[in-house]
Order: sequence, then structure tokens, then C-alpha cells
Amino acid sequence: MITILTDHWADLVAGLRITLSASLLALLGSLIIGVIFALFVISPLKPLRVIGNIYVEIFRNIPLLVVALFFYIVIPQFVVQIDGFTAGTIGLTIYTSAFIAETVRAGIESVDIGQMEAARSNGMTYLQAMGYIVLPQAIKIVIPPLGNQFVNLVKNSSVLAFLAGFDLMYQANLIVSSTLKTTDTYLAVGLLYLLMTMPLSYLMRYLEKRWAKQPAND
Amino acid sequence: MSMIEFHNVEKYYGKFQALKAINLTIERGEIVTIIGPSGSGKSTLLRTINGLELVSGGQLIVDDFDLADRKTNMNKIRKNVGMVFQHFNLYANKTVLQNITLGPEKVLKHSKTEAEAEAMQLLKLVGLEDQAQKLPSMLSGGQKQRIAIARSLAMKPKALLFDEPTSALDPEMIGDVLDVMKKVAKQGMTMIVVTHEMGFAREVGNRVIFMADGQIREDSHEPKEFFAHPQDIRAQEFLSKIIHNS
Repeated sequence: MITILTDHWADLVAGLRITLSASLLALLGSLIIGVIFALFVISPLKPLRVIGNIYVEIFRNIPLLVVALFFYIVIPQFVVQIDGFTAGTIGLTIYTSAFIAETVRAGIESVDIGQMEAARSNGMTYLQAMGYIVLPQAIKIVIPPLGNQFVNLVKNSSVLAFLAGFDLMYQANLIVSSTLKTTDTYLAVGLLYLLMTMPLSYLMRYLEKRWAKQPAND
Repeated sequence: MSMIEFHNVEKYYGKFQALKAINLTIERGEIVTIIGPSGSGKSTLLRTINGLELVSGGQLIVDDFDLADRKTNMNKIRKNVGMVFQHFNLYANKTVLQNITLGPEKVLKHSKTEAEAEAMQLLKLVGLEDQAQKLPSMLSGGQKQRIAIARSLAMKPKALLFDEPTSALDPEMIGDVLDVMKKVAKQGMTMIVVTHEMGFAREVGNRVIFMADGQIREDSHEPKEFFAHPQDIRAQEFLSKIIHNS
């Protein structure tokens, strides 16, 4: 296993870099899109609720691989040329955002309705009340389940291997096909994934503890 | 113009009728208390005044705006009509000071320094200037409610609504909150108070409304006279029960 790491270090680092950037982009993107669709799902406006629910139900219930392949195969045929990395990252973002939307929605609904009523009675608009009062409290509540989503996201980024995305998993498959050392290679790659996901878990746990002690906006 | 006018206002929750043909006019500066058994519609009535509940029928004019009209911008009314809740509803993610300054800063567009200076004055009025930097979770119920009143006053409202402001408090905290409410009343604020505090209704209020089954059963401009000789039979029953229990 050590020889796999030393002999193919450059390839593995290149793959690691791709995996990390795809994960980071998808994490940011899915958090933003997820919060927006969570707001759609609980919106007082019916059309937004319908759009939100359709989005969440579709992308939550289709395998990630199918979503990613859609962007890899169908979009280039009819819309615009994109490479495996882009297609995979978009697929990953959209797929994860559906789960984040559900998580954030549950968080918003667990904030006491009195907080919204007080903010509205204070003269704030719905969006101001959401932004200043309800969402900060909701995000704090959903930090632990969000952490799970983020860890899943990093692991799911291995879907890029199917789309010629040059990520860690893709490099692993290349190494295996040239060296035939399956066990060693996949063990090494598993370790590298752990190296990314474990610190992420600890970071989320740290945030959870830190934010438990003080107001969410400070 | 009067501050608040109900004309044949109705409110339904599904098939249940919470408010039945409410007709009521409240003038500026009046201190109105609303009493009655639970489920009589008094909180619903109060919550329609700032649009937390939408009316199902009739006409409701608040500060010259028609709340039954869907085109009316509720935010404009809420800017001028404050609300104090039974469970305080202080912003859990904000300090005491921020609870008071948020509305003036974001809604009235006051500067931060201006809002904070005013907030400190209000904290002095409610006797809690030393609590400015604390989080609501660190305060007692009575302190929370006094902060909630300060938060409402910071918007310089034309009227203040109180929804059972002392019902969730320990008995020894109630006096502090009522004292603050008396101070506000003396400043000439229009106040509408849903309450079980008969002492407050009798001594501080200059009008008392008795509700039962979604209707206004008695409306008296002489609270002392009302408590001594209620006219409505339901009001007589209600008051005799309360007197027997206390």
C-alpha cells in the first residue's frame, strides 16, 4: 500500500485536489440553493411552495449518478459543452441542495412561531424577519444534520469518476488498471477520503459547540 | 378619525366562528381592557388589529387603513401598532439591547447610535438598564416582558396591544410588569389589553369589554361600575367565578 502511495503520489494529489475543489464548490452552492429552496417550500406564496416541493422531491428521489450523467450527457448534446468536472459538480450541487433544503426547512419550522410573529409585529417584512431572526436560529439548530450532508457530499463526489472528472476515485481506477493492485489502491484511497471527511466532521462538531454558547449572528 | 374601528367583523377558522359581528370603535388615548373566559375570542380580536389574524368578513379600520382589504400593506400598520405577547417572544438570537434597536434600525432606518441611545432610555423606563448586554435566555419572565414592552415602545407606536401580558408570569413578577404598563398608560398611549388582571382592568383601564362566544357582550366606559354591577348574565357568571377563586 505504501508503494502505491509513493509511486503514484502525483496522480493521487491531483485527484485529491479535484475532489476537494468539487466538494467545496458543491458545498457552497448546495448550501445557498438549499436555503433558497427551503424558503420556497415554507413560503406563504403558493406558486413558490409548489416549485420548491417539485424541486426537492425530484432531486431527492433520483440517484446521484443519474443526475450527474444527465448533466454530462444530455446538457452537452442540447445546450452547451461542459466537461466531466463541471457536469459532476453541478449534479452534486443540485442533488445535495435538495437534502439541504429539507434539513433547513425542518430547522425553520422548529423555531417558535412567536419569533416570526414578534418580528412582524415589530414592523419587519417577512424577509427581514426571516433573515434577521428566524434563519439564524434555524441554521444553528441544523448544524449537526448539515454536517452529515457535507460529509456525504465529499464521499458522493466520487461520482466524478464516472464522468471522467479526474477526481481521487478516477485516479484510483487508473492506478488499478495499470498496476492491478486493487486492494492496496482502494485501501489507500479510502484513507485519503477519511483524511478529508474526518476533519470536516470535527469542524462541524466544533461549530455546533461554539454556536451553542452565543447568539448566531455574532 | 378613531384609532380602530370594527364594522361587523367576522373571523372563521374553517367552520368554527371565532368572532361574530364585532362592532367596536376605539379612540386615541383609550385604555381598553378585554376580559372573558378562555375561548371567547379576545386574543383573536386583538390579533386582527395588527393583521396577525386576517378577518373573514366585515370592515376593520386601523389608523385609517382597511385591514379587510387585501391590498393594504400590513407592514405599515404594524409599524404603528405594537404587540406584547403572553410568552414575550424576545428574539432569542439577539441581546436585550439588539432586541430593542432592531426594529428602529431596520424598519424606521434610524442610525445605530440613535437607536441605542433611545433603547437605553427605554431600558431605564422599565428599570433594566443594567441588563442591556444579556441574552433573553438569562432573564426572568418579568424582566423579559418589560424588555418586550420596551421593544414595542421603541417603534413609537400609535397604539399598543397586550395579549395576556402577565399570564405566563410568577405572581411576584406581575406587579413589576403592571407598573410599567401603568407608566405607559400615563403617557397617553392607546392601549388594548387582553388580561385576567381584574385589578388592572378596574383601576387603570378607562373602558372594559367583556367577551364570550366570539361576541362582545358588554362594553363599559365605567370599569368600576362594570365590576360592581355587570349587566350581562355571562359577565355576572364570569365575575362571580373569579371572585370565588381569589
